Amino acid sequence: MVEAKLKRFSRFLYADPRALTLLTLPAVVLFSVFVVFPIISGLNISFTNWNGYSQSYSYVGIQNYKDLLFNDSVWTAFRNTLVYGLGSTAVQTVLGLGLAMLLVDKFFLRGVTRTIVYIPAMVAQLVIGYIWYFIVTYERGALNDIINLFGVSPIDWMSKGNRAVLIIMLINSIAYCGKTMIIFIAGLESVPNMYHEAASIDGASGWQAFRHITIPLLLPAFTTSLVLNIIGGLKMFGLVIAMTDGGPGYATHSLSSLINTMYFANQRAGFSSAIGIFSFIFIMLVSILLRRYLEYKDQQYNG
Amino acid sequence: MANAKNNLKARHNWIKNIVAVVTSVFFFAPFYIILSLSFKVRGDRSSHWIFPSSPHIQSYVVALTKGNIGTAIINTLIVTVFSVVLIILFGSIASYPLARHRSKLNKFILSAFVGVMMVPPLSVLVPIYRLMVSLGGINTFWGIIILSTTYGLPMSVFMFSNFICTIPKELDEAALLDGCSQFAIFPRIILPNMMPVVSSVVILTGVSIWNDYSFQLYILQKPKLRTITLAMSSFFSEGMTNLPAAAAAAVMAVLPVVVLYLFLQKYFIKGTVDSAVK
Repeated sequence: MVEAKLKRFSRFLYADPRALTLLTLPAVVLFSVFVVFPIISGLNISFTNWNGYSQSYSYVGIQNYKDLLFNDSVWTAFRNTLVYGLGSTAVQTVLGLGLAMLLVDKFFLRGVTRTIVYIPAMVAQLVIGYIWYFIVTYERGALNDIINLFGVSPIDWMSKGNRAVLIIMLINSIAYCGKTMIIFIAGLESVPNMYHEAASIDGASGWQAFRHITIPLLLPAFTTSLVLNIIGGLKMFGLVIAMTDGGPGYATHSLSSLINTMYFANQRAGFSSAIGIFSFIFIMLVSILLRRYLEYKDQQYNG
Repeated sequence: MANAKNNLKARHNWIKNIVAVVTSVFFFAPFYIILSLSFKVRGDRSSHWIFPSSPHIQSYVVALTKGNIGTAIINTLIVTVFSVVLIILFGSIASYPLARHRSKLNKFILSAFVGVMMVPPLSVLVPIYRLMVSLGGINTFWGIIILSTTYGLPMSVFMFSNFICTIPKELDEAALLDGCSQFAIFPRIILPNMMPVVSSVVILTGVSIWNDYSFQLYILQKPKLRTITLAMSSFFSEGMTNLPAAAAAAVMAVLPVVVLYLFLQKYFIKGTVDSAVK
């Protein structure tokens, strides 16, 4: 009896493909304990007034979510997150495409330039922020030194919230456009040369060839860089912390950095958790919509 | 005719070289500024653009002794190496069934994993911190390693399973016919074929763990355990009066990744492209 069971079990292990799913076990366990469980417990905390350290707290219903709707700093952070995500996507796409067009064909300085453009993409956001601090800071900042040469008096670049948000978005774009460039170079290299030759035989101008051959064939590269940049911008944290720490006031916070401040500085763990759930749902929505849209596009082109 | 075409091309290349120089200067400028600043003495009030006529290394000494950048680099190395090894191990074995047997359960697991790639770690900050406090994982290397591993896994599962789909299934079937047990197929047949994508996953997850700030910020609070990003931020917030030392710390934080990149450039580029395909 036991023997028969053992035999069946060993056959299951040996040849039944369902048994292979056991290989996912370590990953699934880690995933359940450190991703799924925290999301559920985060939802639970978001209905409390927990301060983050004491033993006791009480349930306050949807109070935190009500606060969230009427809290100016949450809305500012939400708007900033959109600027960081969408703005960086736009700027990086233009910069990355321009750089890719410049650096796709062989010429003397191509290799060196590619390397230099790509280096900052390897550096932590936080460190990029500290490096650029020396450039945009008011007193003896490198940028103010330059405009001083043209007789313009120094500007306190990060003192106004909206301007600081734009500057952070631009720094993010410049620092990480190397990645977008690489994706576009790979896309351009996959465009067969014969299309361009055929176009030039037919008398197409450079712009026409670019508009009607390069752009359509680069669509897959566009969509991948779009997804990467939007998600990357939405996750913005280190750069904000390094450049402004969310200030002046709460003007430059992203949702991520606001969660951090609400928890550790303001000790509003329940509220912070509610913002976390909100940003989680928002990013899931964005990524599901993006994926749907891409599948739809894919079908249009291939089907 | 051919000559004229060559001339045109040569002129084009001249223009390209000039644009390339301008581009390189622009992108290198931030690094030039921290380099030039890092070799100055404290209190030097010259412009950041002017390289010191007699470079001093005392800022580096300060950054190493007061900023503990050396210890931080070793700590970061420990966290990164252990996490990457676990990510490769758990990620690769999990990807094999997920890519090969499209059962309902496996499809569900795969889409759950890929969905998590999008989740910003900060959105679960409060519950994760609370969980790690109750597990005793605060101020431990295993605490940060387990979190870095878990949140690095989705990317590796995504890339590994995409890659395994491109390995012909006939190889598996032939091995089964030859009497290979199905658990032996992965290490014997699939894994040896996976080396190109393993290098990409090592670089991608390695760089993102090396550069992480969010998880490390909550888990590693003791000064002794600080990683590079943590050491940088505490050094910056305490020591903004000593600009050259802060710049020296930034140079040392950037250097390891850049040097590695210069040696393994081909693999870095390949990793970026691999992660972006679909």
